[in-house]
Amino acid sequence: MMGVAKRMKISHEAVLFAILIGSILMLSIQSDRFLTVDNLLNQVRLIAEVGLVALPMTMIIITGGIDLSVGSIMGLCTIVLGYSWKILGFPLEMAIIFTLLIGSFAGALNSIFITRVKVPPLIMTLATLTFYRGLAEGISRSRSVRGYPEWFYFLGQGDYWGIPTQVFVLVLAILIFWFVLSKTSFGRSLYAIGHNETGAMFSGVPVNKIKVAIYTLSGLMSGVAAVVFVSRVSTTRSDMGSGLELDVIAAVILGGASIFGGIGTIKGTVLGFLLIQLLKNGLSLTGVKGDATIMVIGLVLIVTILITNLLEKYSSKDSSVS
Amino acid sequence: MNRLMSSIQSLTTTRTPIEVSGIRKLFFSQEMVLFLCIIFLLVFVGLINPRFVSNRNLISLFLGNAYIAVAAIGMSMVIISGNIDISVGSLIGVLATVSGILAESGYPIIISWIAPLLLGILVNGVMGVLVAYLRIPSIVVSLGFMSILKGGLIIFTGGAWISNLPEGYALSQLKPFAIPMPIYFMVILTILAALWMKVSPFGRTIYAVGGNSEAARLSGIDPKSTVLRIFLIHGFFVGIASVLFSTQLSVIQSTVPSYLELTIITASVVGGVSILGGTGTVVGSTLAAVLIATISSSMIFINISPFWLRSAQGVLILATVLADLYRRRRQFRN
Repeated sequence: MMGVAKRMKISHEAVLFAILIGSILMLSIQSDRFLTVDNLLNQVRLIAEVGLVALPMTMIIITGGIDLSVGSIMGLCTIVLGYSWKILGFPLEMAIIFTLLIGSFAGALNSIFITRVKVPPLIMTLATLTFYRGLAEGISRSRSVRGYPEWFYFLGQGDYWGIPTQVFVLVLAILIFWFVLSKTSFGRSLYAIGHNETGAMFSGVPVNKIKVAIYTLSGLMSGVAAVVFVSRVSTTRSDMGSGLELDVIAAVILGGASIFGGIGTIKGTVLGFLLIQLLKNGLSLTGVKGDATIMVIGLVLIVTILITNLLEKYSSKDSSVS
Repeated sequence: MNRLMSSIQSLTTTRTPIEVSGIRKLFFSQEMVLFLCIIFLLVFVGLINPRFVSNRNLISLFLGNAYIAVAAIGMSMVIISGNIDISVGSLIGVLATVSGILAESGYPIIISWIAPLLLGILVNGVMGVLVAYLRIPSIVVSLGFMSILKGGLIIFTGGAWISNLPEGYALSQLKPFAIPMPIYFMVILTILAALWMKVSPFGRTIYAVGGNSEAARLSGIDPKSTVLRIFLIHGFFVGIASVLFSTQLSVIQSTVPSYLELTIITASVVGGVSILGGTGTVVGSTLAAVLIATISSSMIFINISPFWLRSAQGVLILATVLADLYRRRRQFRN
């Protein structure tokens, strides 16, 4: 049984990797500007926000939950950042910390209703998707905040030795999440919850506490993404991050996580969001118009899952024969 | 998703107490709660600002939102069967544009009304096959389709508006007996769908498959073909909703209305959650769609700044869901 599961996981990541390599080759033939170090590093800048939020989303989806409110939390956090700095007059460092606190609080609020009142995550985060976006609109009243001090832009626009700052932030986050998910008992218990929540509870896994932790983490990372994003685009607007939840969930699912819970890896998620960004970039370099690239991403999502499902079917046939 | 859905269903299964009188049952039903909320809002806001309950406002309120209720009928069936469709907003955008383009380029008007229905059934049929027979979770399929439809629409139209619509195209602007057409569609389709789901054998299998797919299979229902057929029916309702949507103004924006899928799912969830145990189902989602529209409109009439509109909506959605959870738990304890 474990063997089959392991083979399935490997085959999905292999499928994904093959598609990634295939599209890199194809795109580099189409445009000679695609496969350059500068271009590829620059893509990390653009995917950083999705990547940062996709890491905790992987954990949530592994437990069989979902968080649709991440894009709205990001929007709320950008507004909180701009507002607390410009209007409330916080020093920018304080404003950043305050923003991260608000993000965590927004995630924690989701988790409290999900664990205490037993509102299903899909419905709870659907309601807060509307609510947090509404708060952002209400606080900002469609005004944007600009003119941040120069040092702040380093995070989103600066680089060390020619490598964008986001690369360091993202790699650090990936390493931490990878370690927690695959090397700690906390990480193992996420899989346990995803496989059988009642079973996990009876084996002494503090299910509610863990859920509070991961949804709060999701809010915190949405706050981090908001700070990085504002630093990159130099302004705040209340509609920032709308639709982020779908990019993030697509990346996680593309990475092989099962929406039913119990399956998913950080490695897969990283491959997932890299593939999405490279496709977006490569296609726009070969002349496909901006938003039209999402069509290809939708196709890739369905085809990848389809291939994995078919492989899974055959591999389970093999095992039943042997 | 199954887990999510089954948790929604465990919420939604009406664990009706064994001995309740019919009147009490009616009074505690989700439909009645929604209905009373609507009445309360109409009276309360009407007292503050009488213009709110003027005929003109009420008619425009229903007119502008009937298509959401119609789309929520199909969505409710999809959710009851244990699936979900988040591509519905994009599909409505695409079908409305197709309808507009056909009308603009001189095809008979009846074709520009019927083509979206057929196309809606076709697209959702493909989704249904992927979900039922190729076993891709519906949230993944519809997430993919959302991107495909949205991207396809941008490639195809480039965001151009359609405004040269022929005379007689505007189905939604017809007013037999002084009541706009979409309201007839909303009311009649809701009643028909509710009866059909309650009485017909296939209607009952929707609940059976959603409640326990394996048990349904063992009792001789084919869950795969049931799910496929639900998606086909959903496509039909989406098609009608698209025509109502595209004909209500004299211009079609050929973009995907933002947050539309969320509004439709919210209507189903708020109205549909408690509907499993055989009571009228889509009646709840239609009432919820009306309630959501009433809430939005009433906030304008009591002078809440439009900037706070969405957050108030979020709070009200949450409040409705919580009230429903509380009500059901109390009922369960009795």
